[in-house]
Amino acid sequence: MNNEQALFKYVVRLGDNALVLAQRLIEIVADGPELEEELANANFSLDYLGQARMFYSYAGEIEGEGRKEDDFAFRRPDREFENVLLVEQPNGHFGDVIVRSVLFDVFYLLQLEALSACSDDRLAEISLKTAKEIRYHLRYGSQWLIRLGDGTEESHGRVQDSLDQLWRFTGELFDGDETDELVLAGFVGPDLDKLQAAWTGAVAAIVEEATLALPEDQWMAGGGRDGLHSEDFGYLIADMQHLQRAYPGLNW
Amino acid sequence: MTDKNWPLYEVFIRAKSGLSHRHAGSVHAADDEMALNHARDVYTRRNEGVSIWVVRSSEIVASDPAESAALFEPAKDKIYRHPTFYEIPEGVENL
Repeated sequence: MNNEQALFKYVVRLGDNALVLAQRLIEIVADGPELEEELANANFSLDYLGQARMFYSYAGEIEGEGRKEDDFAFRRPDREFENVLLVEQPNGHFGDVIVRSVLFDVFYLLQLEALSACSDDRLAEISLKTAKEIRYHLRYGSQWLIRLGDGTEESHGRVQDSLDQLWRFTGELFDGDETDELVLAGFVGPDLDKLQAAWTGAVAAIVEEATLALPEDQWMAGGGRDGLHSEDFGYLIADMQHLQRAYPGLNW
Repeated sequence: MTDKNWPLYEVFIRAKSGLSHRHAGSVHAADDEMALNHARDVYTRRNEGVSIWVVRSSEIVASDPAESAALFEPAKDKIYRHPTFYEIPEGVENL
């Protein structure tokens, strides 16, 4: 793999994370517990979708084989999606959605902030723009997590459970491979060790303020970034792609 | 599950610097900070604002509609209090 191929793979992965999380949040549109939460969720979902479009479009340009954003989103089999397992986890209840978002957004924001200073101008530009959206997502998500954790006995118990259940998907965020190394070396990309230290500190601070307990060190799931997904992912992608699969090339 | 509703907040948005905040509507929220988030998500999605105020609806002191005759009708025939007789120079906006 050369530097350009690594950059391509890296940008597709960014798109995959954003698209899969967008799709998960789209699943709960019209199901919000309050009108205000409903709009917030739909906004967030569209933010991630817009980010995925930017990443995929750019990936298509790097690759130079004429692939467009829709080719990446709708015409790849599940094994070619290299999102982290965390973002594909099923929605569960409101607390699960919030915990999943916070765990991912803390990582994503750190990643984007590092990428804003990378030596690839386009990626730096997209990351800078995207970071602004994620900063708000994180503000919203962490404020909710603090209120749920420090709320009633029931809400506390439920989000503690969400945190315990989702924790095993956080190790993969920092499980770097050749792609990460090449982007770090070739384009001054994010240093995953530094990201992990910053993530651990930031998450611990939110968890503490939420009066929750950090889960203990444990076995961590992995494989998403190699295209090995959970069973749930098959349903997600079938739902997302079925129109293009049934009517290839269909347009509005 | 309780049936307790979140308190209501009134939302005021400043459309751009130099203008005053205007009442945009209301949101329900668990507390003050969340009310700001909700106001942002509900009322500034189409780039409507640069600043938001939220205030609990219960904190607003409002005039009583039953007293409107006493409060407002006396002003109706005081036409000399209007600046109608001044000419507005061209190019003045937002007066």
